[in-house]
Amino acid sequence: MPKLNVPESKTNSPGGAALIHIEALSLYYGASKALKNISLTLGEKVVTAFIGPSGCGKSTLLRCLNRMNDLIDSVRIEGGVKIGGHNIYSSDVDVIELRKRVGMVFQKSNPFPKSIYENVAYGLRLHGSQSKSELDGVVEQSLRSAALWDEVKDRLHSSALGLSGGQQQRLCIARAIAIKPEIILMDEPASALDPLATARIEELILELKKDFTIVIVTHNMQQAARISDYTAFFYIGELIEFDTTAKIFTNPAKKQTEDYVTGRFG
Amino acid sequence: MENHFEMGLDALRQKILLMASRAETAVNQSVQALVQRDYDLAVRVREDDNIIDQFEVEIDEMAIVLLTKAPLASNLRLITVAMKVSQNLERIGDEATKIAKRARDLAQEPPVKMNFDVTRMAAMSLAMVKDALDSFVHRDSAAARAIIPRDREVDALNKEIHQQLAQHMTENPDTIGRCLHWIVAAKSLERIADHAKNIAEEVVFLCEAQDIRHTLKN
Repeated sequence: MPKLNVPESKTNSPGGAALIHIEALSLYYGASKALKNISLTLGEKVVTAFIGPSGCGKSTLLRCLNRMNDLIDSVRIEGGVKIGGHNIYSSDVDVIELRKRVGMVFQKSNPFPKSIYENVAYGLRLHGSQSKSELDGVVEQSLRSAALWDEVKDRLHSSALGLSGGQQQRLCIARAIAIKPEIILMDEPASALDPLATARIEELILELKKDFTIVIVTHNMQQAARISDYTAFFYIGELIEFDTTAKIFTNPAKKQTEDYVTGRFG
Repeated sequence: MENHFEMGLDALRQKILLMASRAETAVNQSVQALVQRDYDLAVRVREDDNIIDQFEVEIDEMAIVLLTKAPLASNLRLITVAMKVSQNLERIGDEATKIAKRARDLAQEPPVKMNFDVTRMAAMSLAMVKDALDSFVHRDSAAARAIIPRDREVDALNKEIHQQLAQHMTENPDTIGRCLHWIVAAKSLERIADHAKNIAEEVVFLCEAQDIRHTLKN
């Protein structure tokens, strides 16, 4: 068997331009340490997948990237996260602005009980945009980018709750990209969808990485293999291995990674 | 929206076709070197073999990465078949190299004065390779199946040439060394037909999900 021509594992950094620097990050839920001294650099306009068994800390780490964990009282953080060189945990950081820059799509689609149009326009309105022509343009563009426009263009003012699960999730992606974030965090965005809707989300992610940096948590190994450029494997709060996805899924350096991706545990 | 996995499969198919083109050229040139006693061409064919080898390595790398994405049904068959087709193409390249080596040695010695139909045998083997690859490109199971019996014709011709050369050696012992070169070259052409047959069988598996290897022997 020929040796695979993929980079050897050396450091916790991607090959492309670095955008997100996670620096010696530890996170506690009360006395329980959920993330243990994680250092990881994520590249710009690539898809990075976080994988690992339930409770490994991958979603917790994802939520650190736009300070969603601030909403939990018992959380305490050590270390830091820099995005574009700025520490997002500095006291002077406007968290609303941060979350505008770092959007998020959740496991369960969560459209607002409003029209399709208003769901996409919501963030823009919140950030002060009122011009109808501007909103129309951004709504159309966002829905097109989310590969949803053709399916909803004739019913933009119908309730978003009437869409299928897969369509609702793409609407949430359209809503996230409408405010032009740099980074989109996705927490198991296709785990509740059927194979066809999942395939559409996966294709969408591969399209979106041309313009956005994407970090995705997934329990689906093959999904990580299909859509990500880099993969980080976590286990009980520790980063075990980070490398190109090809390397992680064909020849991981650590036995724990091999055991997990081959289904021996997890 | 583009289908990125399909794009990966297309890239794999394109790579196979490039490799096939190289392998066919190698066989053509090795036979040309043999028949026309072209020493320089024979040397060149041997030197180019590592390009074909490299294709095999690259195709396996592409295929393994595609396999991590959990392809199913015909996509799964396409990737595994691509790996086997590339392995057969690499072996075809090796046989071309063997022919070229014999062509190089024969070009430095006087010609053997006897009539045997190595050109026809080469044409038959090459046509099988070309048709097998066409059936792969067009996913034409019927065309692939039609290739398989032609291997016996090549086998028969090889046997005939072998007998002719054996008789010639008996009658002209001074030609034994040169005749042995021709026997090896003819055997390589026969092996090339075997590889074409293997590719055809893989195409049947690709199209019909039916493994017909080792089922047509009598």
